[in-house]
Amino acid sequence: MSNDVVFRARGLTKIYRMGEVEVVALRGVDLDLYRREFVVLLGPSGSGKSTLLNILGGLDSATSGEVIYADHDLVRASERELTEFRRHHVGFVFQFYNLIPSLTARENVAAVTEIARAPMKPEEALELVGMGERLDHFPAQLSGGEQQRVAIARAIAKNPEVLLCDEPTGALDSTTGIVVLEALARANRELGTTTVVITHNVVIAGMADRVIRMADGRIAGSEHNTERKSPSELAW
Amino acid sequence: MGVLDRKLRRDLWHLRGMVLAISLVLLGGIATFVMARVTHRSLAETRLMYYADQRFAEVFTSLVRAPEPVAERIAALPGVDRIETRVVAPVNIEIEGYGEPVTGRIVSLPDHGEPLLNAPWLRLGRLPAPFADEEVTVSEDFARAHRLEPGDRIAVIVKGKRRPLTVVGVSLSPEYMYAIPPGAMFPDYERYGILWMNRRALATAYEMDGAFNDLSVTLQRGTSPRDVIDALDGLLARYGGLGAYDREDQFSHRFITEELRQLATMATVFPVIFLGVAALLLNVVVTRLVTLEREQIGTLKAFGYDTRAILAHYLKLVLAMVSIGLAAGVGAGLWLARGMTAIYQNFYSFPYLRLRLDADVFVQAVVVTLLAALAGTLLAVRRAAALPPAIAMRPEPPPVYRATFLERAGLQRRLAEPTRMILRDIARRPLRSALTVLGIAAAVGTLMITNFSRDAVGWMVDVQYGLSSREDMTVLFTEPTPQRALYSLTSLEGVEHAEGFRAVPARLVYRHRSYRTEVEGVEPGAELQRALDASLAPVPIPSEGVVLTEYLANEILGIAPGERLRIEVLEGRRPVLEVPVVGLTRQYLGVNAYMNRATVNRLLREGPAISGARLAVDAARIDTIYRELRRMPRVAGTVVRENSIQQFNEMMEETIIFFSFVTALLGGFIAFGVVYNSARIAISERGRELASLRVLGFTRGEVGYILLGEIALLTLLAIPPGFVLGRGLSAYLASSFTSDLYRVPLVVQPSTYALAASIVLASLAVSAVLMWRKLAHLDLIEVLKTRE
Repeated sequence: MSNDVVFRARGLTKIYRMGEVEVVALRGVDLDLYRREFVVLLGPSGSGKSTLLNILGGLDSATSGEVIYADHDLVRASERELTEFRRHHVGFVFQFYNLIPSLTARENVAAVTEIARAPMKPEEALELVGMGERLDHFPAQLSGGEQQRVAIARAIAKNPEVLLCDEPTGALDSTTGIVVLEALARANRELGTTTVVITHNVVIAGMADRVIRMADGRIAGSEHNTERKSPSELAW
Repeated sequence: MGVLDRKLRRDLWHLRGMVLAISLVLLGGIATFVMARVTHRSLAETRLMYYADQRFAEVFTSLVRAPEPVAERIAALPGVDRIETRVVAPVNIEIEGYGEPVTGRIVSLPDHGEPLLNAPWLRLGRLPAPFADEEVTVSEDFARAHRLEPGDRIAVIVKGKRRPLTVVGVSLSPEYMYAIPPGAMFPDYERYGILWMNRRALATAYEMDGAFNDLSVTLQRGTSPRDVIDALDGLLARYGGLGAYDREDQFSHRFITEELRQLATMATVFPVIFLGVAALLLNVVVTRLVTLEREQIGTLKAFGYDTRAILAHYLKLVLAMVSIGLAAGVGAGLWLARGMTAIYQNFYSFPYLRLRLDADVFVQAVVVTLLAALAGTLLAVRRAAALPPAIAMRPEPPPVYRATFLERAGLQRRLAEPTRMILRDIARRPLRSALTVLGIAAAVGTLMITNFSRDAVGWMVDVQYGLSSREDMTVLFTEPTPQRALYSLTSLEGVEHAEGFRAVPARLVYRHRSYRTEVEGVEPGAELQRALDASLAPVPIPSEGVVLTEYLANEILGIAPGERLRIEVLEGRRPVLEVPVVGLTRQYLGVNAYMNRATVNRLLREGPAISGARLAVDAARIDTIYRELRRMPRVAGTVVRENSIQQFNEMMEETIIFFSFVTALLGGFIAFGVVYNSARIAISERGRELASLRVLGFTRGEVGYILLGEIALLTLLAIPPGFVLGRGLSAYLASSFTSDLYRVPLVVQPSTYALAASIVLASLAVSAVLMWRKLAHLDLIEVLKTRE
């Protein structure tokens, strides 16, 4: 594993103000993410893991602290800079796939590759997640697992430095979930994309290089797996 | 307050943009409906009251001269109820400090007591005192134009003799609500006035002692005017009767009837469009709303709310939405009706106005609106409420899309994904897309009608005064005058050219149809007054036969060129002539019959006589010309072309401009309402999709393209059918406004198309700006969250 740091977060704090109540979502998080690393972020609801992911992905800004990505501080970036950042450097995978229903699998990927700098071909990306046979199907013609694999293809097709996945298997059954995780593992292995997966599901931690546990807005623990399991060895 | 009602209140607040847009369209529909109906009824009712109060007659005729005892024979005719004989005299009027020639009409009043019929309605001062010789009451419009008040002095010239008179009152009359000078087309309050004075004084001045030259009659209940008219014509023929006519042919009455009829047409056309679009819009919005709330409906049902409660909830929501537009529309309609009736009251000199507010107008407005609203809602809610709660609560499966025809036709490679999204979304909901296009097209159409009236009027003026009546002024003689009078006109300094004409009142008869008008004998090769053919090229008037206005030949008489027309001359020896129709002319104002002047003289067995002349003059010398003309005793009046154009424009401005303004405003409402709602629906429907794209790195501009591209494309698609619709509506209005008074040509200028399109595009731009701001607030984090 290389020691290159992709993200470097220091003292990240996030406070949501909801009327007169303040909700502290992050209480000073320090975190480094390394190139080619596969990280699983575990934690109960409200532990702050989604907030952390949103800030890393340029969807939300921190109340204080800094996130350095390739010399840029995302916390102080403008709306335009954040859009640029998401466009060229980050891939997202959502729990509910969020495919564009009016576009086919191939077109959903192409929608992103057309605006990226050095993308792979949509067909290539879909091949990588095992969807090479269903290029011209619309979302309505695909199962949940297939839709999520298209979403992964869409996320990796731009060759992002980092892939952020929020409960990618949350809406899927175990068998389908494993197929999706295999797609993620393969992308990480073959493309070397730094991958962060948020999940409730402790079992998934087995396939990670590193498991970070969050609780109450802080990093409660971080451990390296000495041996990464293949997704096919997982079961829940 | 129940929980559902609280939800209702919050939903309304949340949807305020849409509520506002729908309300605007509804307001447009209801307001035009209420305005037009209330105005129409108020005017119709006021007119009836006014006629009754002033004892407006039912049959009218004028004649050369009949001794007063003839009146007794007329009163004895079967069917005649009351009669009034009068002396009516053309006069020249002198007003101190006013240089232009002024003409008018003096109408006699009984020397004592109220007039039996056609009583003037006194606005100021009083009627002439019994047997007073030098007192006169003047018409209000004329008094206003010259700031005449009781106590002022004017002079009239009757039969060449000047008589000073004192104004004692200002009044109005149902007979002259729309008073036009002889030879003119439009009222001219500055240069033409109606005066009333005592009969004895007038008869003496006009050499009509013991005789009358004007007769009005009311009929006994159930009498046919036709019978009385025939009897009168028979009786008065030997006294130079000019042909009796009933109220329907009385000029002032005709004109106002025509105007009221147009108002009634407007009262139908516009509200139908507006309410139709509003219904359409409501349907789309409510269907969308209910579909978006499908999960909530499922949840409510899971809690144990029954379908009826849910249905009631959404009906309440829709009713709350429409009631705003309804209330505002009724209010605005009443306000506009007041403005509109005030304009008409002033324009047609109604002495008072009875604003008539019938409950049924409001009931109709409410019923139509509610039907439109409920039809849309019931269907949508029933469908949503019919789902078992477990299914309704689950998020909707991804909608099914297909590649569109355009792409299958091979365009696929050329279209980027965002463009494909736009096309597929339009194609996936063809009905909704079509309704949106229809709504926007309706807006374009409405906006076009607004300007069409202006285009048509402009065209009418151009043709009438640019191509047909090209004289600078028309001089009318008091009676047929030898042709050599032309020489004295041409010898006036400043008169460049003069053409004489001979106009004869006549009844034109073909089979069972007939029409009263003037046969105009014109000089062959006349330069100033020209008859035009359908392509607006001058038509020569052949030496034999008669040329008729198209409308007169085709619509009124049903006669074709080659057939013979009977002309019953209503003047002099009253000969009856049989003349072939040899041609047709196109003419937008009035209807006429043209013949060669010499032929008219020959057929009337008179020498070369003329009734008047058309002059081309040097504008710089016009004052001298006026002065000279006033010295000529035979000159009964002059009509100056420029004044006519100005009066025509003023008349059109007053009535049309207000309506145009209102419809333009409301057309704008429709355009904005439809476009904004479509965009707003798109954003609420596809917010998640668009936010996902933003997360994936699409810029606001790129996402905006997908959102607004669709509505922009639909707007562009709607413009051509909108043009067709606008032209169709214009054609409908033009044909419904057509009468013998005027024909409205179907002329739509390019600027009218351009204006309608640009207002719609401006609505698109405003909606785009509003949507752009909404896009800034798309919640990107929301899409990552677990959907509850």
